[in-house]
Amino acid sequence: MSKRIVGPEIEKLIQLLAKVPGLGPRSARRAALHLIKKKEQLLGPLTVAMGDALERVRICSRCGNIDTVDPCMICSDPRRDTGTIILVEDVSDLWALERAGAMNAQFHVLGGTLSPLDGVGPDDLNIRGLVSRVAEGGVSEVIIAVNATVEGQTTAHYVTDQLADMNVKITRLAHGVPVGGELDYLDEGTLTAALRSRTAF
Amino acid sequence: MEWRDEGIILATRKHGETSVILEVMTRGRGRHLGMVRGGRSRKMRPFLQPGNRVDLSWRARLDEQLGTFQAEPIEQNAARLLESATAVHGLQTLAAHLRLLPERDPHIRLYETLGLIIAHLDDATVAGALVARFEIMVLDELGFGLDLLQCAATGTRDNLIYVSPKTGRAVSAEAGAPWADKLLPLPSFLKSGAEIGGDGEAISAAFRLSGYFLARHVYEPRGISAPQSRASFLAALLKALTSQSPAAPAG
Repeated sequence: MSKRIVGPEIEKLIQLLAKVPGLGPRSARRAALHLIKKKEQLLGPLTVAMGDALERVRICSRCGNIDTVDPCMICSDPRRDTGTIILVEDVSDLWALERAGAMNAQFHVLGGTLSPLDGVGPDDLNIRGLVSRVAEGGVSEVIIAVNATVEGQTTAHYVTDQLADMNVKITRLAHGVPVGGELDYLDEGTLTAALRSRTAF
Repeated sequence: MEWRDEGIILATRKHGETSVILEVMTRGRGRHLGMVRGGRSRKMRPFLQPGNRVDLSWRARLDEQLGTFQAEPIEQNAARLLESATAVHGLQTLAAHLRLLPERDPHIRLYETLGLIIAHLDDATVAGALVARFEIMVLDELGFGLDLLQCAATGTRDNLIYVSPKTGRAVSAEAGAPWADKLLPLPSFLKSGAEIGGDGEAISAAFRLSGYFLARHVYEPRGISAPQSRASFLAALLKALTSQSPAAPAG
């Protein structure tokens, strides 16, 4: 049996940090040690920030985004184009598209994809919320920005069916060669998709 | 323990930050699961997609363990199938049917048929008939096969147009006429040696037939319901068939 070298409070901190994505037990120990060493500058403010987040973070009742206000800042931003909704699987996808800054549209977070293996069905996703938003009117286009996986596209086709009777244009992201991609290094699947969705030049 | 075989990917599930649990239908070892280390990497993600055929090496310390797979792509079908609603819903339906079988139980006939169906799953004119035949085949492999070769009442092999919901045996038009409203219609493409393909009505009838026996022998005894993807597949297929059929002549 290994000898305990730190108190239970520090051990618990290490154990919890090890559950954060990207951190294993070793890096969690390093992070904990760093936090303890920078107690005033880092550990204190981090504790306060985490407490605030715990208390105030909520899911936007309109789009499913994560924010500290409901509706979220994106939904309540008057400068955004309310006629276009970008449909994403997860909040991380929303953040990625916002980083790209390519469109000033509104979003809708599904909360995953249809996955029979994981037991995720249509009722487990935020599809009804999207249908309600479109039914309210004022939406001219829904851009389906789900992952280019079989599960992602199954979800995309399902959502398209749900919106079929509504007067709304449904588009999806292109699949193909990434910026900076060299054809020689691309997998056959991506090349096939790129060729099939080629555009006039 | 170690073996090598080829398989068709049915599904993947995230495992930790970098790995995936792969569910495959293998040629010689049936439906099998295993972990792929680094399966979420940029290099491996594109070919670890349902519908793709892969070369697999499985390794574990004990036979009953989950074990790890090493996978290499053989045939990448997923990219072709992604654009078709019929194909993606069909793929999920086929995977759901194969999950009715016990794990690690070889079903070479189903494996071969699965490969054939995946090659044509984005072609709505044949996809429905192929999947309906696959459902009948799954019933057969589970021990609830239908007898569609000859009439249960007269023994004739001609003019078989019904199936008895009680026995799962074909019935000819003459013998079944008095009970026509109680019998299930048998589409011609489900008969042995018949040409694959059919219109929307025949496809719907085939799915009613296979769905009836799947519910009776498999879903109800196990307390489960038919997969959502099956209804989505049929809806997408009928929509595609309707859009493909030539417009009726005016007047």
